[in-house]
Order: sequence, then structure tokens, then C-alpha cells
Amino acid sequence: MNTDREPVIRVRDLVTHYGERQILKGVSLDVYSGEIMVIMGGSGSGKSTFLRFLLGLHVPTSGSIELLGQDITQLDSQEMYALRKKMGVSFQGGALFNSMTVGENVQLPLREHTDLDDATIEIMSRLKLELVNLGGFDKLMPAQLSGGMVKRAALARAIAMDPRLLFFDEPSAGLDPVVSAELDELILKLRDALNMTIVVVTHELDSAFKIADRITVLDQGDILLVGTVEEVRNSDNSRVQDLLNRRPRDETIDPDAYMARLTNA
Amino acid sequence: MRGVYGLERLGRATVRAVEEIGYLGALLIESLFWLIVGPFRRQPVRIAAVFQQMTQIGVNAVPIALVLAFGVGVMLAIQGIHTMKTFGAESKVVIGIALSVTREFSSLIVGILVAGRSGSAMAARIGTMVVNQEIDALRVIGINPIRYLVAPSLLALSIVLPALTVLADFAALFGGAVYTSMDVGISLAAYAQDTVEVLKVNDVMQGVNKAFVFAILIALIGAGNGFVATGGAEGVGRVTTRSVVMSISAIVMADMMFTFFLTR
Repeated sequence: MNTDREPVIRVRDLVTHYGERQILKGVSLDVYSGEIMVIMGGSGSGKSTFLRFLLGLHVPTSGSIELLGQDITQLDSQEMYALRKKMGVSFQGGALFNSMTVGENVQLPLREHTDLDDATIEIMSRLKLELVNLGGFDKLMPAQLSGGMVKRAALARAIAMDPRLLFFDEPSAGLDPVVSAELDELILKLRDALNMTIVVVTHELDSAFKIADRITVLDQGDILLVGTVEEVRNSDNSRVQDLLNRRPRDETIDPDAYMARLTNA
Repeated sequence: MRGVYGLERLGRATVRAVEEIGYLGALLIESLFWLIVGPFRRQPVRIAAVFQQMTQIGVNAVPIALVLAFGVGVMLAIQGIHTMKTFGAESKVVIGIALSVTREFSSLIVGILVAGRSGSAMAARIGTMVVNQEIDALRVIGINPIRYLVAPSLLALSIVLPALTVLADFAALFGGAVYTSMDVGISLAAYAQDTVEVLKVNDVMQGVNKAFVFAILIALIGAGNGFVATGGAEGVGRVTTRSVVMSISAIVMADMMFTFFLTR
């Protein structure tokens, strides 16, 4: 459906290692403008690693990652610095700066990247906090917030610069279903109001099906499937169905390899 | 077989140590880079952060530094008088106190105090930020963590530690004077007179220069340990302890080398 548009995120043959161990085994993916792409997978599927590489926090073994037309594996630090203004990230635990108030957290990207005066920056930060329903909480410290509020504050900080790309790591982890549903609504609202391209990493099925335009299913460092919600639901891939139906994996065990591991040979 | 194993362990430990020294060196170079080049790239090291650190590391440590230095001065006077009694030259203790305080003990005691107080705080703060993904958050906002966290502390420490050392000089000399005047009966005025006659600018500068080196060691070791924290609160505790032990050891070793080359 999106083939006529240029992708804003374009990953080709991404291979990454953690020490000797290969984590991603040649992942290729396109995300189009204004789309909500959910990256789904079980624990150890490589989805969190994939996100960290999309954010340019690590250097891949091989492959390319283009964000907004620029290959971040080739950029120098100044070009990357410029690109960072157009990206927002909300981390799993919020990662709010604990030594600052909520308001100062949201203001930090603005202070870093703009020359606006204090009053303007404060108004802009309050606007973002209002947007995530945290109006009036700007004087509190992060430690005084509940789990759901931390996530929303982190989201406010992520969108402080009105980024074109928004990355969201596990929005519903550790939240009760109601708060989690509110956060999903918020993500949809943001996309519609601010026309962002949003990448969400999650293992929550309900949340994924609710917000996704397309879903990428990762498994053991490979992409199993990229498709719309319907396509993923109707997939006949057994690993996808395991994930959807909460079935335990039944992996066949290679007896020789098993013995070798036990005896440490 | 055992020998080979021991040799292998020694080799690995050496490689790790060299690696760590290299890492701290890189940290120093990158901090200096941001301090010098940052303003031209519109990514300056914030002056407000430097002053905040100077207050926390320096101003807030003044009372305890004065008390410790005073104690060291009294201690030196007691030991000095006890030793000099053998030669019947108790009044010469003034020279011993004046030189050892300014050249050695002030900077050492202040260095150890600040390593325990602020080096550990730095390791704990950065370690906590690593564990909470706050460092990742800084990086994705486009803020280099070394510019934001290490460079201000490095600058603040290297200003504040020499200043504390000079203050500690006064407190320690005063401590020595008070005890000596009570025990040997030299008046405070005469003691001050003798001290001023003995001391040269060089003696004071030796302590100040040492303090500058200690400041850099404390900042790098504190920050370097913080950045490698892993594994939650326990990991943060581990690197904090490690940073204190490492920086105090580094201070004593550096002091020894300094004294060797400057005194002979």
C-alpha cells in the first residue's frame, strides 16, 4: 500500500554481534512516512537490539541504516548531531534524568538544540506535558511519579523537538491494562496530530494490534514476517502463531549438540 | 601447567590494566576536546555545571578539609617534637612542619578526602545513569555524556583541589603552631615568623601542582568507573567502591613519584 512513497527508515542487511555472538542476522526493513511500525517478538528475538542500532547507539558489523535519507553508519558526529534533532526516543524505563524536575527533563532537548529564551522553552515544555496529560506536573521530580506518568513524561521529552521519527521501547511494560491502553491512544493521537513516523518495540499483542499500521515479527535475529495486522493474524507461520497464541516453543533437540553442551566438549 | 596458568592470568591482568589506562587517557583527551572545541561547535561545556560542581566538590568540603588539615598539623608537631627531643632541637620542629605540610601532607589529605567524597559520588552518579539508561537518553538527545558529565567535573576539580590545598596549608600550619606553642613554648608570632622565613614559593607550589594532578586522577577514575557500571544497584555500589580504592591508590603512587623527582 505504501510502495509509492519513499521510506523514511530503510535498513539493509543489518548484521550485528554482541561479542562473538551474532544477534541480528541480516535484517532488512522499510518504514514509510506517517506510519506506525510495531516491531514484535519474544524475549531474545533481537528486537531491543534492533532498536538500539536504529538509534545509532552502536556500530553494526555490516549493513546500512538510513534514517530520513542519511545512512547513520556513515555519518560523522556533527551530521549525527544534526539528525538527532529530528529523532525522539522514549526508553523502556523512561530514563528520565533523576536529578532534574519533570519540566527540566522536557526542556533539556530544547535548551541543547535551540537558542530560544527561557520563557519560551518553559511554555513549550508545558505544552508537551499538556499533550501527554501531565499538565501541572512540571515541578515534580521523576521519583515522585507513578510508572504510567514516567512513561508519559518520557514521551513528552521525546517529542519536545517535534521530531519526524519517534521510537518507543516497550510502552506497556510494567503498566496496568488501563494505563497501557491510554498510552496506546496517546501514540495514535500523536501520529495524527503531529504526523510523526513511529516505531514501537513491544511484546504486548493487544497493544501491537491496536496501534500498528504494519507489524514486523522478529525471531532469533531474523525477520519472520512484515505485514498488516490482518496479515500477521492470518499468517500460517508456526512461530508467528506460537507468539499469537502464547504457545511454548517446541524446539527439536539435536542430541549430539545437547551432549556436547553438557559435557562442555 | 600451574605456572602456565599463573602466567596467563598475569598476562590477562596486564592487558586489562593497559586497556583501562588507555580508556582513562581517552576520557581525558575527549574531556579536553569538549572544553576547548565545544564552544566553537555550539556544544559548549556549561559554565553553570562547572560552578555547581565547584560548590559541591570544593566549597562544601572546606570545613572538613580544614579540620583534617588542622589535625595533621598537630600530629606532625607531636611527632616532630618527639623526634627532635633526641637531639635537643625541639625548636627546629617548625622547619619540619612547614616543609612537610606544604610539600606533602596538605595535598595528600585533601586528595584523599575529595577522592572519598566526590570521586565516589561521580562514579555513583554516572553509574546510576548508565543503569537507568539515562546515558543512552543523553546520547539520543544529542548530548555527549563526556561533555555533559565528565568535562565540568574535571574542570571544577582541577580548580578546586589546588585551592583547597592552599587552605589546608594554612590550617595545618596553624595546627602545628598551636601545639608547638603549648609544648615547646614558642609564641604563635615567632612560629609564624620562622615559618615564613623557611617557606619558599616553590614549596607551596609543589603541593599545589600535586593537587592538580590528583584532581585529574580523581575525575577520570570516578567517571571511568561510572561508565562501566553494569547490573543494577549492586553494580553501581561495586564501581563506587572500586573508584575510591583506585583513586586513593593512584594518588599515593603519583605522590610518591612526584616527591621522588621533585625532592631529590
